[in-house]
Amino acid sequence: MVGSAFAEAGADLELVGIHKRFPGFTAIEDLDLRIPAGSFFALLGPSGCGKTTTLRLVAGLEQPTSGRILIGGKDVTDVKSFKRPVNTVFQSYALFPHMSVLENVAFGLRRRGISDPVGKAHEALQLVELDHLAARRPQQLSGGQQQRVALARAVVNRPALLLLDEPLGALDLKLRRQMQLELKSIQDDVGLTFLHVTHDQEEAMTMADTVAVMNKGAIEQMGAPEELYELPRTAFVANFLGQSNLFTGPVISSKGESMVVDISGVKIEVPKDRSQRHNGEVTIGVRPEKLSVHSEAPAKAAGVNVLGPGRVTDVSFSGVSTQYLVAVPGLGPITVFSQNMVFGPIANLGAEVWVSWTVDHGFGLADDPGDAPRFASDTNTATIATQTRNELLAEIGEG
Amino acid sequence: MRFSLGKWLLPVYSALALIFLLIPIGYTFVFSFNNSLKSNVQWVGFTFDKWLHVCDAQGVCAAFGTSILVGIIATVIATALGTLMAIALVRYKFRARSAISLLLFLPMATPEVVLGAGLAAQFLSAGVPKGLVTIIIAHALFCLSFVVVTVKARVASLDPALEEAGRDLYGSPGQVFWRITFPLLLPGIIAAALLSFALSFDDFIITRFNNGGVETFPIFVYTAAARGVPAEANVVASAVFLLALIMVIVAQTTSAARRKRLAKLTL
Repeated sequence: MVGSAFAEAGADLELVGIHKRFPGFTAIEDLDLRIPAGSFFALLGPSGCGKTTTLRLVAGLEQPTSGRILIGGKDVTDVKSFKRPVNTVFQSYALFPHMSVLENVAFGLRRRGISDPVGKAHEALQLVELDHLAARRPQQLSGGQQQRVALARAVVNRPALLLLDEPLGALDLKLRRQMQLELKSIQDDVGLTFLHVTHDQEEAMTMADTVAVMNKGAIEQMGAPEELYELPRTAFVANFLGQSNLFTGPVISSKGESMVVDISGVKIEVPKDRSQRHNGEVTIGVRPEKLSVHSEAPAKAAGVNVLGPGRVTDVSFSGVSTQYLVAVPGLGPITVFSQNMVFGPIANLGAEVWVSWTVDHGFGLADDPGDAPRFASDTNTATIATQTRNELLAEIGEG
Repeated sequence: MRFSLGKWLLPVYSALALIFLLIPIGYTFVFSFNNSLKSNVQWVGFTFDKWLHVCDAQGVCAAFGTSILVGIIATVIATALGTLMAIALVRYKFRARSAISLLLFLPMATPEVVLGAGLAAQFLSAGVPKGLVTIIIAHALFCLSFVVVTVKARVASLDPALEEAGRDLYGSPGQVFWRITFPLLLPGIIAAALLSFALSFDDFIITRFNNGGVETFPIFVYTAAARGVPAEANVVASAVFLLALIMVIVAQTTSAARRKRLAKLTL
């Protein structure tokens, strides 16, 4: 698979029925994923959700317990990592401290016996604007510079698939923004398939064409960033990707395009085609920035949900917008983001307010916020003890 | 004024301790210039003769050469085996890993007399004639533990992501070892090799049990002491000491210079 030639273009990545178990816990549970060639794909999730393990499986640094991995249609499940047409930008960069920046970048080219490794390494360093530091050792560079060297070292090999493991995690906010743009433009230039693993939802949304939200070893929802944000299907996605106001209650009527849910006496209308479930207890939600705050009860109108009156319990100013927490009796605190169109807050702490939103902005989830996790958490002492015992048994040769 | 204990007691105590430590070395060095005939106990007069004609005294140079030979071969064996063991013990999970780690400490904790006598008994029952080979085997054996312990620390501090990056960048297992793992472990390996050479060169007890008729330098000095150590032995000892001293000074100054250069570059 690894010839002397560069990959002409990115390749499809396909994961089929992947399971990965480590002693004592399951990292990935039945994962199916298809990433089309040339796309910028982000795996988004909290730490411990299995996203880095997924990446390591694709790189060949871990073996799946079961399932197949296909790159460009070829099964690479049993192919050793150094024979896969894949390169990784590691979270810690993993630059070789005993080599110059130039030799770091040329390493992959030399191993494959590609002609003119030094010239190509210089070109790659020019791409990340670091050619003037080619003679230095990695430890003489700043964090941002090291990150760019790590990127150049991977990109120079023109892999069919480039894996990025939280490469921007160690950078400060400004540098991070700059690197996000740079990464995106490099991806456009070289046309490779990028698989980016991150826990930063903003990073995933600004950079990727497709985002898959991962939780507890499985993909919760996958789609374009706007789609995921506007129409989350599970409580986890609704809360991990931005914030959401969620309410749970029974469906009391359903006619035409929308259904009405009774939330402790308050009736809230939700479009049916934006809801995963249409009867029984359902959880519905709305994004905080879709809400408006009114200091007087707004006139009842078709297609608008109104809650209130409630009390403002918190006001926090954040530049472009102000966040209000409104306590509506029976509904708990509701978060509202309001753009700062006027000077000063539109409602003060303790003020009596109403909250409204267009019915079309609501969404209905497939699960409830309190749903049991997919598989039991492994962080209790009993599982840790079992795990330790198994390790010990394995070590003394009984395992 | 209050009587200040620390003000003069500490410096005096330190000076005394240092003098106490250095007297034997100083004595050996000074008496390497003694114009003695047979026994090098009384000061006769100053001469460079012993330094210029070290090998004239019977057996000194042969014993020294044997010690160097044994040291080098034992060091190479112990360092190669020990490095591989250290990598295996840190990187791989296998049966009885912690038991092996523990067992490796045993040769260090066992009294040398016991180790030497035990080995001698084994060689006897296995019918191996004692000589250069048995000395080398014995030295490689007790150096091994020290190599494993020294290199293990270095392996533990090595980021596994570096080797993964090597594999990810199309490096075969062999290439990853020689181009990434080995160069990064090299400082630890060199330290282990120097330590094991020093231990081997120095060893008397274990060697005494397994040498057959072969004389290493410590054995030679011990045997000679019965009838008076020749000044040439002092010359060899002093030379070894000076060589070690020079090596330490060179290493210190080059690393200091490198640090300075690095600091300047990163600014």
